[in-house]
Amino acid sequence: MNAVKFLIAAYVATWVIHGVYLGSLIRRFGRLRQQAKELGKGK
Amino acid sequence: MNSFWSLVSATLVKDIRVEWRSKDALNSMLFFSLLVVVIFSFSFDPLAEESRHIAGGLIWVAFLFASVVALNQTWARELRNQVLDAYRVSPAPANALFLAKAVGNFLFVSVLEALMAPLFVVFYNLRALGPAWQLLPIAVFGTWALVVNGTFFAAMSLRTRSREIMLPLLLFPVSIPAVIAMVAGTTSILTGEESAHFWLVLLLTYDVVFTTACLALFEKILHAE
Amino acid sequence: MKKLFPILSVITAILLVYALYQALVVAPTDAQQGDVYRIIYYHVPSAWTAFLLFFINFIASIQYLVSGKPSTKSAANWVVIVLGVVGVGACFLPAVQRLIPAGMRPSAVATTVLMIPIFYFLIGKLFPGENLDVLAVTTAEVGVVFCTIVLVTGPIWARPVWGIWWAPGDIRLTSTLVLWLIYVAYLMLRRFSNSAQTQMMAAALAVFGALDVPLVYFSIWFFRTQHPQPVIGGGGSMDPRMLHVLVVSWTAFLFFAFLVCWSRFRLELLHREIEEAHAMESLAGAGVAAKASLPLGRSSR
Repeated sequence: MNAVKFLIAAYVATWVIHGVYLGSLIRRFGRLRQQAKELGKGK
Repeated sequence: MNSFWSLVSATLVKDIRVEWRSKDALNSMLFFSLLVVVIFSFSFDPLAEESRHIAGGLIWVAFLFASVVALNQTWARELRNQVLDAYRVSPAPANALFLAKAVGNFLFVSVLEALMAPLFVVFYNLRALGPAWQLLPIAVFGTWALVVNGTFFAAMSLRTRSREIMLPLLLFPVSIPAVIAMVAGTTSILTGEESAHFWLVLLLTYDVVFTTACLALFEKILHAE
Repeated sequence: MKKLFPILSVITAILLVYALYQALVVAPTDAQQGDVYRIIYYHVPSAWTAFLLFFINFIASIQYLVSGKPSTKSAANWVVIVLGVVGVGACFLPAVQRLIPAGMRPSAVATTVLMIPIFYFLIGKLFPGENLDVLAVTTAEVGVVFCTIVLVTGPIWARPVWGIWWAPGDIRLTSTLVLWLIYVAYLMLRRFSNSAQTQMMAAALAVFGALDVPLVYFSIWFFRTQHPQPVIGGGGSMDPRMLHVLVVSWTAFLFFAFLVCWSRFRLELLHREIEEAHAMESLAGAGVAAKASLPLGRSSR
């Protein structure tokens, strides 16, 4: 039924948004860990 | 207490005098306001019956943008001549400076509105069907609502990158209830369909709440590095 | 502590799957809306979570603002205690009870009011000093994420049910939009401001936002009485089976939100550690360049 399309869209949109945010967190973690390693080497 | 108010008036008079001598800001603001009114007047057919329903919103949006342009330069002049630093080290209460700036802005924006309003009446063929005198308190309370928060956020934006865009970014969300009240109040007076009483009370409440908040927190903002 | 995160992640995943199952299979079909109403099981818990996170941000911001001087701090403590006592007591006065919307028990409202001082003192205890600000950033960011979900799923729900994507008089969705705007502005202020007082200013903005929200609510409420609009998300009482699934869904999302916040919190701590280390290193570099005798114990470039 047409209305169910909206239901699926809403659920998918929710997890896409969460996924994008979690992805950005992981990327930022990676960058920071890289910086931490460089600092450690600099010593 | 006396010295507080004399400080406020001294700062205010100084600002007005400086502005009157150069008339920079005033001239550019006037021309900007005229342009805004003209451009907005192309957005719909002013002879249509619905114009009264829409005019309220358009007028206040125009005033909102004009005040942002005015507010943006509130502190710019102080910054240029390190006047702000002088204020910070002086024993003068920060609130006095804030109040002076806010009142100065209020007067400035009110002058703009007084000049733009007849232009709107002309371009949109406006005639209030409700009690027209109520437009004055709406304008006064509404303008103060925009200006008090605007002066505060202008001070906050001083130490940010993209200073000019930061002010509207901070101001607009917080101003939403005031804008709703101004627009709905103006529309009810123009169309004469409802009473603007509730909107006036809401604007007054908004003014009291945020004037208090600004006065309480301004000192912390002024001392930002 | 390190082991806790993976364990919680597994529990959360299970809870989320269970909630999904409940939402799609177990919950009964709505008589008027059919199956589309099931969006509620994602829309409403996200809203409650976002509001909770913004509330925590508000508390943390106030604490940060008053933490400067011990006198303001203790004054604030007393204000909060009085607020709690008066608030709870007021719920049992008949004059106040008339204001409580139908369907809510006074004891429920009293419990909610009691949460304010409880949260205030808990947060003060658990997040001392600088951690308050880290908590503020965390809850603001994660709150915006959940709030975005509310604003996306809301119109998606409204379209098939009401035929329109958005109704400006929809008090809940519009208030949520304003809250979203305020906190996006908050995050932008943090990003664009390079002052030593950024944290203070952001906290001030959060307080302004909190003062604003009830005003927004009233203005839209009155606007609605003049211009009747559909209420997206339905009003009125709920089938108890649906309510049960809603609570299950919210619990799952709370666990999820907790994990995301924990991660963001750790990220922020790491970020600040590294910034401090960078600062120390440039100080150390400058010290050696000026031939100052510092017990460095490290060689610089």
